[in-house]
Amino acid sequence: MNEIFHNLWPEYDPGRYFCELTADRPDAGPVPEWLAQRLGRIGLDALRARASAAETDLIDLGVTFTVYSDATAIDRILPFDCIPRVLTAGEWDLLERACIQRVAALNAFLGDIYGPGHIVRDGVIPADLVYGNSNYRPEMQDFPVPHGTYVHVCGIDIIRDEKGDFRVLEDNARTPSGVSYVIENRHLMLRTFPDLMSGIRLRPVDDYGRRLRAAMSEIAPGGLDDPQVVLLSPGIYNSAYFEHVFLAREMGVPLVVGADLVVEDDRVYMRTTAGLKPVHTIYRRLNDDFLDPKVFRPDSMLGVPGLIGAWKAGNVAIANAVGTGVADDKAVYAYMPRIIKYYLGEEPLIHNVETHICREAAGLKYTLDNLDKLVTKPVGESGGYGITIGPRASREELELARDSIRANPENWISQPMIGLSVAPTLVEEGIGPRHLDLRPFIVTGKESWVLPGGLSRVAMKRGSLIVNSSQGGGSKDTWVLADNFNNGSAA
Amino acid sequence: MTMMRFDPGLLARDAEGLFWMARYLERVENLARLIDVTQSFESPGFETDAWFGLIRINADEENFAARGFSPDAAHVKRFYLLDRGNPTSIPASLEDARTNARTLRPLMSTEMWRQINVFHRFAGRITPEDLEGDALSRLCTRLKEGVQAHTGITQGTLYRDQGWYFYELGRFIERADQTTRMLDIKYTALLPRDGEEKRVAELTQWNAVLRAAAGYHAFKRYARAAFSAEDVVHFLLRDPSSPRSALLCVRRIESHLDDLRRLYGLSAGEAIERAELLRALLLEKPLGHILATGLHDYLDIVQIHLQQLAAAIGRAFFRDWRPPADESAQLQEQTQVTA
Repeated sequence: MNEIFHNLWPEYDPGRYFCELTADRPDAGPVPEWLAQRLGRIGLDALRARASAAETDLIDLGVTFTVYSDATAIDRILPFDCIPRVLTAGEWDLLERACIQRVAALNAFLGDIYGPGHIVRDGVIPADLVYGNSNYRPEMQDFPVPHGTYVHVCGIDIIRDEKGDFRVLEDNARTPSGVSYVIENRHLMLRTFPDLMSGIRLRPVDDYGRRLRAAMSEIAPGGLDDPQVVLLSPGIYNSAYFEHVFLAREMGVPLVVGADLVVEDDRVYMRTTAGLKPVHTIYRRLNDDFLDPKVFRPDSMLGVPGLIGAWKAGNVAIANAVGTGVADDKAVYAYMPRIIKYYLGEEPLIHNVETHICREAAGLKYTLDNLDKLVTKPVGESGGYGITIGPRASREELELARDSIRANPENWISQPMIGLSVAPTLVEEGIGPRHLDLRPFIVTGKESWVLPGGLSRVAMKRGSLIVNSSQGGGSKDTWVLADNFNNGSAA
Repeated sequence: MTMMRFDPGLLARDAEGLFWMARYLERVENLARLIDVTQSFESPGFETDAWFGLIRINADEENFAARGFSPDAAHVKRFYLLDRGNPTSIPASLEDARTNARTLRPLMSTEMWRQINVFHRFAGRITPEDLEGDALSRLCTRLKEGVQAHTGITQGTLYRDQGWYFYELGRFIERADQTTRMLDIKYTALLPRDGEEKRVAELTQWNAVLRAAAGYHAFKRYARAAFSAEDVVHFLLRDPSSPRSALLCVRRIESHLDDLRRLYGLSAGEAIERAELLRALLLEKPLGHILATGLHDYLDIVQIHLQQLAAAIGRAFFRDWRPPADESAQLQEQTQVTA
């Protein structure tokens, strides 16, 4: 119980949800109370004024993503909430180890299914779920990748239930985005709320670009002192273009589009003012389908003809590897606890959300019998689309979901409705509880490294559980305390 | 101890982007200057002639008619200051500059990007009221200052590797071109038939052109007391020190091309030859002769030479880059789903 906070905002009520600021966490030490005190000292009006100045700053800086509808393109900022989310050193230790464990399992799984396929033969996961998966790429079969790393950049969506236990909600092993906001949010906090942070030791977030570039160098074809790394973007019309710019800058490498690259004799070059210059590692933010019109979609105008050939000839590295989508699929997600156990011989350090697999008879029956209590999700979608939240759905919506699941059970999973944790958030009515999740980012070359914290996405609408930016979510700065107050290591 | 020097190279596409970003912004500043000076050429009853002169010197007659405008003062102002659909308007140039800036963000300083972003938003909010009466001159000042702020921030923050040279090349080519147009506008302006009235009007107009080119005071210091048209033309075309004179611009272009060759091993023989040719064209004939045979035609030739120079630079350095301009490519970019 954070008494200072409670006295300042007596009407703040997280209800049955775990509150990231007011819940008792001894290892957070005095930080939550300091925060409450400082927020109180600044006052609601000044908080609003500063928050609005911060948003103007984001617009001026073009820290935006683009939302396209039929005729319009609107540059939107990811709404920024100025009240930070605090993770203790102990919580972070667990999260970090769990993320590294998860990525190790994902890479082992990919190496196996694109190699000998033991896990399928041992009956741990159904063959059609792997080989019949639309994200399975036969081109990858028996093509080893450096250090066995397929997922060089991974974003793992983690939530906290009513008890405060962490749960993995989703793996993002293709081209996860959002990391730029982690770093931009911190800079924004430092500029606009230095008084909120002063004297609190936080784990820094500045190292991401250097780590990413190092990983990209580690996977480059051998024998090069300083391999040429590039970031391949779909271009300025992509909604995540700002992030592509950000990452190219942080890594200090050129941002290229498909038309900048050319393949000759299975080698990749970029077109420069001085002619063609060799390229050794491509951090691509382009979907598999579009990478090479000679191998995948022939109508792709964003890719590079011959790129996959150059890759398979061993002359260029591509990150993330092609075909990782089979591992972060929502259907495969359900098997992740078994996958971790199978390869690592360990229990998951952070558990999945309990998941019912509708392709399995028991899972389907349970799902259909409890539709009004469950969250149902199509397995192939991202961005929060196609989800039905049973307890909040109308009768019609439930029947619609029932029909879809019956028609195509293997396309669906269901999960109990988790009461996502909340955090105090500056909203219209003052400071109110809003649900949030956490997406840590893991960079893997030879070894894995986790950016301290991650992206805390917050549902700005009261009661909403959907935190996706495409559906009105915002974000918070995520603080990882450097001091473990349980150990008495801090003053 | 020596610092390790590593040349990361420059994408042909980015070189072209820098070149064009500079051109678009330089164009905005000069168009604002031209609009400001046109206003001072208005004489009662002849506003239309003065304003339509602007259309003529920019060779925008067809475009102007196609956009559904009729040749009067209000329409010309709207065409250049409000009409985003007109590719030569100030909002369209700023849109193009910002689009280039977006592609160039990895190379630009944060301060450059922020200023362009904010300036672009300002230009998107110009209203018809801003074009009326004394508001117009204030608007032109703000537009000029917007570009000048950009130029200053660029001078102070843009890393001077080869990208900077391409930026400068674009800027000076555009500036030289715009200076010739500024001179040309004098020739579209109406004058009283003769006598003292004509002499005074002519003086006023030349002063206005000099002011538009920001050269009025410098000119006064260096010109003869009783100056002639020839002196003004000399100042804007051949003066070695006036920052907007065509000669100064061409000399800068030559020096930048030379630096690109010396420092980066990038040679553009054809572009260097074209720049030399242009310098010769600016210097060869006595101005009296040019004025007698037709300044307008001469300025046209200078503009064509500038275009050829720009094309030669493009062939030498941007040649390998072909953009997918197509709408379906844009759609593919948008639909790349990121989780």
